[in-house]
Amino acid sequence: MMDFAKEILEVLEENARATPGEIATLLGRSEEEVAAEIKNLEESGVIRKYMTMINWEKIDDGYVYAMIELKVSLQRDKGYDAIAERIARFSEVQSVRLISGDHDISFTVRGKSMKNVAFFVTEKIATLEGVESTCTHFVLKSYKEHGVTLYDRTQPKRLVVTA
Amino acid sequence: MMKSDISANNKKLAMEKTSLWRPGSHLSSTVRDMPPSGIRKFFDIVVGMEDVISLGVGEPDFATPWHIREACIYSLEGGHTSYTPNKGLFELREILAESTKEDLGLDYDPEEEILITTGVSEAVDLAFRATINPGDEVIVPQPCYVAYVPDVLLAGGVPRPVATRLSEEFKLRPEDFQDAINEKTKALILSYPNNPTGAIMTREDLEEIADLVVENDLLVISDEVYDKLTYNGRHTSFAQLEGMQERTVLLNGMSKSCAMTGWRVGYALGDPAILGAMTKVHQYTMLCAPTMAQVAAVEAIRRGEKEIKAMKREYDRRRRLFVSELERLGLPCFEPKGAFYAFPSIEGTGLSSEEFAEQLLKEQKVAAVPGNAFGESGEGFLRCSYATSREEILEAVDRIERFLAGLGL
Repeated sequence: MMDFAKEILEVLEENARATPGEIATLLGRSEEEVAAEIKNLEESGVIRKYMTMINWEKIDDGYVYAMIELKVSLQRDKGYDAIAERIARFSEVQSVRLISGDHDISFTVRGKSMKNVAFFVTEKIATLEGVESTCTHFVLKSYKEHGVTLYDRTQPKRLVVTA
Repeated sequence: MMKSDISANNKKLAMEKTSLWRPGSHLSSTVRDMPPSGIRKFFDIVVGMEDVISLGVGEPDFATPWHIREACIYSLEGGHTSYTPNKGLFELREILAESTKEDLGLDYDPEEEILITTGVSEAVDLAFRATINPGDEVIVPQPCYVAYVPDVLLAGGVPRPVATRLSEEFKLRPEDFQDAINEKTKALILSYPNNPTGAIMTREDLEEIADLVVENDLLVISDEVYDKLTYNGRHTSFAQLEGMQERTVLLNGMSKSCAMTGWRVGYALGDPAILGAMTKVHQYTMLCAPTMAQVAAVEAIRRGEKEIKAMKREYDRRRRLFVSELERLGLPCFEPKGAFYAFPSIEGTGLSSEEFAEQLLKEQKVAAVPGNAFGESGEGFLRCSYATSREEILEAVDRIERFLAGLGL
């Protein structure tokens, strides 16, 4: 059995607009209980923000996206957190992750053009203390984001009435 | 007579014979007298209608989880397209034995006591055909799945419907069961969690039935295809009751829990004597269940648990949503405890089940199945499947509300 908080989060993760009343019906609890639990989750920072999943490609936002991998040499007294948090401060940066494998840190950048992104990486990131190398991958097309597919496809049809 | 005259004469005779040919007169009387499924009629009305919201579907709205489909694709690429043994892939029987042991604590020998069938539908048919002699009676608690009565008839048996009621949460009551038993009674078919009512029977409910089963030396055919979709508490199989495993032919399949209806794969578990007899019929009629579906079933049992649980959680939410909306509309409905159907009473509207369903479909384009399609005791009810998205459920409820308002309710 899933616990109450996790069930609420599962519903909200799928639909940020679900109201406490609606969630209460789905989970068989009272609206007050749900509202109180959501408040807890917000205050404790489990719920960070309510967002909308947008397929920007459909309205041609004019941005380019890139995934950048870094090799980092750690300095005394400073762990990965220090450099990761430093990278996260840039508004161009959309996500920052510590990763296993050949590289140490991976982050995504949104920029107005490839040139713009390339300059950002060479000027702002490659020059950071401890960055040994960068590897930039420009995104050509997104197929799935946050568990949601971004391509349209026809749904197979079920019979309307069956036993 | 001239040669040409003879040939002309033969032709004439043949023509006369042809004019006598009425294909209808060559039908089996059992089949001829069997009414078509009540669902068929609605299917005919619905064809060609646009923008219909369906609460009429007895299957999940999810596609089979991808890893299961993929396992089948790989198997096809590998060329596994030949027959399997009559009883089914040994690998599948073996893991079924393991998962049944884990779920129910019951031992079944994969060699002698497990048969893979082409959906649970085939298993139901086999169970009757393997056990019923002409005139034997089978007790069929209703409302129930539409195939049980015809299947008993096709096996030459006599179905004996027993009504279950809303006031008793559509459980089979021992008094009613007792009343239906006579010296010709051979078997009882149980189907809990129930289609169309969503009823379940607890261990205590089943124990009362088991006493009468033993007393009257009956066989129990238990269709438990909705077992994994039990919402409050755990499912109890009839075969789990003390001494009942040997008396029970336990039928199940992946269709509902793994969203695998179109694959047609089910199974029967039971005593080697009965399973052996069922296997005989199966081998002469079906030969084996589709190989690719059996391969997919192996994957579903091995690695499908996470998706089964996720789908069940979603059904459970839709169930609560739908039942609370029905309550708001003032349609009395007992809270379904299993499967994915709600069975509200529409008696207060003054319409029969068929009138209600037909008018609702024509006026508001919501398809649901009249309760009487599942037996006489289903009259006054409407089967609504909530195996559809929450958005569609809410839209359907809005339309039902408009329909009720149109009736002046």
